[in-house]
Amino acid sequence: MAHSEHETRVFTEQPIGRVGMWWFLASEVMVFGGLLGSYILSRIAAGGWAAETAHVNTRIAAINTLILVTSSLTIVQAHAAVEAEEHTRARKYLLITVLLGLGFLCIKGFEYSIELGHGFTPASGLFWSYYYTMTGLHGLHVFAGVVVNFVLFLLAGGRRWAAVKQRVEYAGLYWHFVDVVWIFLFPLLYLA
Amino acid sequence: MTARAVAKATPEPHHNRHSAPQSFWRKYVFSVDHKVIGKQYLALGLFMALVGGFTAYLIRWQLAWPETEVPGWSYVEPDFYNTMVTMHGTIMVFFVAMPILLGAFGNFLIPLMVGAPDMAFPRLNMMSFWTIFTASCVLMASFFVPGGAAAAGWTGYAPLSADPVYTGVDWGQNLWILALALEFSSFLMGGVNFMTTAINMRAPGLSLFRLPLFVWMQMTAAVLFMLSVGPLIAGAVMLLLDRTAGTGFFLPARGGDPLLWQHLFWFFGHPEVYVVLLPGFGAILEILPVFARKPIFGYRAIVYSTIAAGALSFIVWAHHMFISGIDARLAIPFSVTTILISVPFAIMIFSMIATLWGGSLRFPTPMLFALGALATFLIGGVTGIFLGSAAVDIFMHDTYFVVAHFHFTLFPSALLGGFAAIYYWYPKMFGRMLDETLGKLHFWITIVAFNCVFIPLFLVGMGGHMRRIYNPLQYDFLKPMQPIHEFATIAAIVLLLGQIPLIVNFFWSLAFGRRAADNPWQANTLEWATTSPPPHENFAAVPTVYRDAYEYSLPGNATDWLPQHVPGPALKAQEQAA
Repeated sequence: MAHSEHETRVFTEQPIGRVGMWWFLASEVMVFGGLLGSYILSRIAAGGWAAETAHVNTRIAAINTLILVTSSLTIVQAHAAVEAEEHTRARKYLLITVLLGLGFLCIKGFEYSIELGHGFTPASGLFWSYYYTMTGLHGLHVFAGVVVNFVLFLLAGGRRWAAVKQRVEYAGLYWHFVDVVWIFLFPLLYLA
Repeated sequence: MTARAVAKATPEPHHNRHSAPQSFWRKYVFSVDHKVIGKQYLALGLFMALVGGFTAYLIRWQLAWPETEVPGWSYVEPDFYNTMVTMHGTIMVFFVAMPILLGAFGNFLIPLMVGAPDMAFPRLNMMSFWTIFTASCVLMASFFVPGGAAAAGWTGYAPLSADPVYTGVDWGQNLWILALALEFSSFLMGGVNFMTTAINMRAPGLSLFRLPLFVWMQMTAAVLFMLSVGPLIAGAVMLLLDRTAGTGFFLPARGGDPLLWQHLFWFFGHPEVYVVLLPGFGAILEILPVFARKPIFGYRAIVYSTIAAGALSFIVWAHHMFISGIDARLAIPFSVTTILISVPFAIMIFSMIATLWGGSLRFPTPMLFALGALATFLIGGVTGIFLGSAAVDIFMHDTYFVVAHFHFTLFPSALLGGFAAIYYWYPKMFGRMLDETLGKLHFWITIVAFNCVFIPLFLVGMGGHMRRIYNPLQYDFLKPMQPIHEFATIAAIVLLLGQIPLIVNFFWSLAFGRRAADNPWQANTLEWATTSPPPHENFAAVPTVYRDAYEYSLPGNATDWLPQHVPGPALKAQEQAA
């Protein structure tokens, strides 16, 4: 995706993909903002949910946090490799990011199975409704990011390097966003 | 080497530099051309307007002559009446006003007005249209599922919407939520496209403050939508889970709170009013200077007021909830912010009137609709100040006064503004002029009949007439107001029939209308700098912009208009003198 065509008419000196991505992320912030705001207010109104939060597994979630934060590092590495025109290294880091994302999802699924095994379903009360909705929506976003990163990994191997180059940056922006959402979810659902 | 291999080996052409498509499907159906997509939105919006108009007819008939057989239909049963009220609001706001004002005119005009060959993301643009097309199909399908379509009101208040036991509607409500979620994602894609195009694709010389106000209004609307709809998308997910997965976000019996839905809905709801209203205003602001042959009055004041109104619209939402059980202390700050919002709108309205002052006015149909919109919106705006005051709202809430106020704000901006836009830009869209006689007939029927429908509703509302009741004759104190209802219904039928001249005009002119010149209104903005209709990729060469968008009656200039792209004096006359 060459941007030379627009550079003469661009006032912001930003490629259109980046501008579009930031606006998309702004709208995503509001989706999760609404959900987090609702959760916080409901939790205050319900008196804290201390008993319910005792049943979530902080240790597993902490491991998952570590995995997701590491994947943020690896996508930055992929972006740096792209900037340096190092195809193989970029592919390697994209693949690691994909695997870390899949790891996160597998562990999250394992955690769900434990909780469902103990009889905690989305219908087990308001905390669990929020828990499954928020982590589920976040999980869908992680899954979308994994798909995007995997497609970029495949494309980066072929002759479409030019098309991949800038998209790694945009995929990285999205991936960071997904991480930041988890950084909010982890303390709100597990630590507090 | 096959053709495909050759295509792969050659460097990928820029996605905006697509060659003109040849096949019928790529050209007219799955098109990435913003002009075709704009027309698709227009067709969708006008079709849905027919459905929405028919629901209004059934509602009005039931109110005037309750439980009698509706001509062209059968009896309106109570449950079906609830469905009609719900679907009328849903269709008109989300599937008529937004597709026409943002989808059709935003898509068609933003690239032309900024001098771009297409939208920033043409394929995303196509996807946004087919998403709302799918949403419309889902919404229409909901009429035919067992239990019928949604009946919880266009606001979908919980718990009515959260549990089928209340309305008896099961799948209809689920499909309603799905249709809205699809509609929201469609306009999110559109918003990303609008913003990126307006920010990044402007022609050389077209600085932000040289943009036509229509583009400013579309940009503000896109930002408002993108920043307000998120919480409601989350709310829609939660509502759907309440109905299907046994969660209890909005159900008190399961520990939830119905008020939460109202907060999420109205946090979106008030910015949404401006999402629909501002593009209509944008059309009016384009039309007034052209037919007054005067520069717009207070360009920057209008821009700043728009942004201020948009920002304020995020902190007024609880004025919809004064009697919903919110903390009474919240009523004062929300009253204050609500009434404050009339200041930027007053600035905009005064700028419009000042633009007319001393101009050499011409009155073709687009100008008539623009003036009609301006005059009727004033009534909607002023009655909004009544309702913004908590003390008055407690009396007026959920009466026909609110219904009349709402229609007096959205009808002028969305429909009268939309009609003005259709009459003004039809020559550019289709290369033909609309017929003026039919247009004026359409205008006068519409403006008179509209006022005859809704001014009486202010009166019955002040008389304490509740809205959303099936049969007013069941209440003794409402019986004396029945003649007013009958009058309003007759006017509503005239209003609906009054749209026939538009439909006839639209299709007749497509085939037989006078061919439009490139710049039939002698306007300055860039969309008139190309042919009517514009070619593929819009401009033969990238236009360069030399001045503001509204340089009419410039002293010393041979003509009384000076297009943005024509070289010549770069500054405003005042600035040159200074």
